[in-house]
Amino acid sequence: MKPLTPAFSGLRSTNSVPRFTWAVWFLLAIHAMVALAGFVAPYSFETQDREHPYARPTRLHFVDCSGKFHFHPFVYVTKAAENDLNDYQQDCAQTAGIEFFPHGDSYTILGMFSSTRHLFGVRAPANLFLMGTDGFGRDQFSRLLYGGQVSLFAGFVAAAFSVIAGLLLGGIAGMYGGTVDDVAMRFAEFFIAVPWFYLLIAVRAFLPLQISPITAFLLVVAVIGLVGWGRPARLVRGVILSARERNFVLAARGFGASNAYLLRRHLMPLTFRVLLTQMAVLIPQFILAEVILSFLGLGIGEPFPSWGNMLAQAQQYHVLVSYWWMLLPGLAPVPVFLAYHSLAETLQERIKSNI
Amino acid sequence: MRLVLLWCVTALLPFLAGSQAVAQEDLLRTTSDPGVRGGKLVIAQRSEPRTFNPVVAIDQNSYGVNARLQADLIHINRATQKTEPALAKSWSVSKDGTQFTLKLRRGLRFSDGQPFDADDVLFSFKVYLDEQVHSSQRDLLIISGKRVKVEKLDAYTVRFTFPSPYAPVERVFDGLAILPRHLLEKDYQAGKIGQAWTLNTPPEKIVGLGAFRLKQAVPGDRIVLERNPYYWKIDSKGQRLPYLDELTFVVVPTQDAQVIRFQAGDSQIISGLSADNYAALEPEQKTRHFKLYDAGPGLEYNFLMFNMNSDVEGRLPEITRKQKWFLDVRFRQAVSLAIDRSGIVRLVYRNRAAALATHVSPGNKAWFDSSVPVPVRSLPHARELLKAAGFSWNADNTLLDSSGQPVEFSIMVSSSSAQRNQIATLVQADLKAIGISAHVVPIEGRSANDRLLNTHDYEAIVMGLVSGDADPAPDLNILESNGQTHLWHLGEKTPATPWEAELDQLMQKQLVTLNYQQRKQIYDRVQEILAQQLPMIYLVSPNILVGAQENLGNFHPAIIEQYTFWNAEELFWHPPAGK
Repeated sequence: MKPLTPAFSGLRSTNSVPRFTWAVWFLLAIHAMVALAGFVAPYSFETQDREHPYARPTRLHFVDCSGKFHFHPFVYVTKAAENDLNDYQQDCAQTAGIEFFPHGDSYTILGMFSSTRHLFGVRAPANLFLMGTDGFGRDQFSRLLYGGQVSLFAGFVAAAFSVIAGLLLGGIAGMYGGTVDDVAMRFAEFFIAVPWFYLLIAVRAFLPLQISPITAFLLVVAVIGLVGWGRPARLVRGVILSARERNFVLAARGFGASNAYLLRRHLMPLTFRVLLTQMAVLIPQFILAEVILSFLGLGIGEPFPSWGNMLAQAQQYHVLVSYWWMLLPGLAPVPVFLAYHSLAETLQERIKSNI
Repeated sequence: MRLVLLWCVTALLPFLAGSQAVAQEDLLRTTSDPGVRGGKLVIAQRSEPRTFNPVVAIDQNSYGVNARLQADLIHINRATQKTEPALAKSWSVSKDGTQFTLKLRRGLRFSDGQPFDADDVLFSFKVYLDEQVHSSQRDLLIISGKRVKVEKLDAYTVRFTFPSPYAPVERVFDGLAILPRHLLEKDYQAGKIGQAWTLNTPPEKIVGLGAFRLKQAVPGDRIVLERNPYYWKIDSKGQRLPYLDELTFVVVPTQDAQVIRFQAGDSQIISGLSADNYAALEPEQKTRHFKLYDAGPGLEYNFLMFNMNSDVEGRLPEITRKQKWFLDVRFRQAVSLAIDRSGIVRLVYRNRAAALATHVSPGNKAWFDSSVPVPVRSLPHARELLKAAGFSWNADNTLLDSSGQPVEFSIMVSSSSAQRNQIATLVQADLKAIGISAHVVPIEGRSANDRLLNTHDYEAIVMGLVSGDADPAPDLNILESNGQTHLWHLGEKTPATPWEAELDQLMQKQLVTLNYQQRKQIYDRVQEILAQQLPMIYLVSPNILVGAQENLGNFHPAIIEQYTFWNAEELFWHPPAGK
């Protein structure tokens, strides 16, 4: 078996260091659900049921209108009253059982696999709106899962951008020192000081109308990531500065290793643990940045959902007072942030215990 | 004791003078329910008025406040949509329809007690017609490029001579405030009338013939008006109007905040309610003692419009390429047929709106042409039209033009309008069903206006317009090919198409046709052409939704602007039961 290099050894689980907890499993589960949103969600994110605007979450029943118990959960067909769209009445004569792997809206997973089969659902004319619907009659649960693809992806890609940029510039600054270090660090400080929120508003405003919402979104994500590279760069520089004086580096240099070789082979691997922790800290920050931008209408546009633009609807007074389920997208990031923070803390402690 | 007596006599003098004046004044007796004097009314506005000067006011908030401070010669009754006498007691029209002679009310006074006569009318129209003043009302007084001539026949008779017969002549006078010559003539002669009567002008210097006069202006916060003791209307019992002692306009910038203030009783009238907020407030009517009103479809019309401006050629190649689709009437008709208007009415307006075939809403009872059918969604028909226009579909149901390019365009929409954003999203979903990929682009209002009116850098837009009057005359600017707001093709020198040439002729003809029936026939033809050619794809007209405290008397919401307080002088508070 290949021995672990010093860089990776810190992640080994031993009795003396904190173990990865529920956070990893939770994050894996939530990312898997979101990645497989097309399969897990009973509907497409853009499917409108214009007969069911602002429908409450569908109630699952085990006991029918006549009081009879059923082992298999079912739903009733509901219909809005003619003169009051808020008043949905259930039709006791029409029921539909929850089905597993039924056919429904077509979807593609990771741009590769197309299918129409979903994890669960009910047959029309019944509906299964686990988190209710929005004003267009779109299923909030399905949109929350699809929206997670945007919000979580935004956080991850932007954090990866930041960390890679930070690794390159921080590594070069730490390795070469002197003027290179000064220029790179002043540059990093400039980006730390930039009011990113206003920069993003300006960038979004400059984008032409004709580009697709996805392109606009990716550009915004790229900006979030590039603006955020300053802190990781300073951390990487610190690690490189101390590591370049260590014996094994000096020995390698004595054997004629070039700066580029030293960086690539010996120094950059030492930053791995720091960067992993940085990723765990930056991802929730950048998810939040995307949520804020979309909340303010600067992120991804209709009909594509994100946690921010879903929550944006709750800015309206009537939504706030009448449809509590429209606030659920605001709760979605909370467990994700907690899990990432728990992960970051665990990584931090493992690094400390390894030192 | 003598001092107290002197003080009492001094304090009572204006009232004694007022009651004496009633006998000499030519007062207007209203037919509304007689009310009870006293009390205050608070109305919330989105922003403060920009000016108290009716000559240069261009925003709705200024109009709303100024209409309470000033009066016009002939007024449009917002409830009946018909004209009625105001400062002019009566009028007559010459046989050829060009001369309009008005008899003014005698013995009226401005809110500072100074008398009103024909010289004030002459002065007011001199100001409005002066090119240097840049009054927005000037356009109304220029007919076929020629100015209206105003003459004084005697101290209480004025004659207006129009260059040609002018059908909506009576309606022109609505909103043209008669200015106090004794106060503003100096400013006018000094070329400073545009700068007069700002929000910082001392209240006693702002004078008018309206039901109220200015008491206090706190910029950014509130405008307080008090009753004008010289007002010229009385109720059926002979009581001088207005009933209210004070009328306050407070600035509440968002509709949601206005709803909360109204619920809390901080303001007693709310207008421009969205259907969603109306639904949210509806259950609380009894417990919070207010009443909501649905006045039916207003004069606002929302539409989808494609960019057909010819000046984009060579400047914006992508838009020029797409204009091959936009300029084809079959494409526009197919888009119109693909849109589910009833879905918009149901989802965006909760059934409190009317689907439209043209820009004239069913609320405009005098001019609405009910024989023009509202398009009903028909995807097969839309597909037939597209096929006939040379479009085809690929295996993914994507619509392709004759050169094989996918049909894709952006729909610009002002981000500040939640309803229009919702409309755009529904249109986007509807168009997907015929293979069109539309991207909704919410954009800040001023930037959207700039693209629409100046740079023409947009592909399609969902927007709305509100007609200020039920009469067809204000539509001239939009429908005539050389109109200032001929939005689908701005700056058109001559009509680009035969149907636009016919529109031009019809609009000019209706303007000089004095007989209502004949004029209606002409305007019906205008509506037929618009429904067929669809330069704008008309979608919906929302209902006017308002609310007021339940004990507010004479509250009659209208569908023309100043929906709720157009008759502020007649509003009164019912005394609590048992008193």
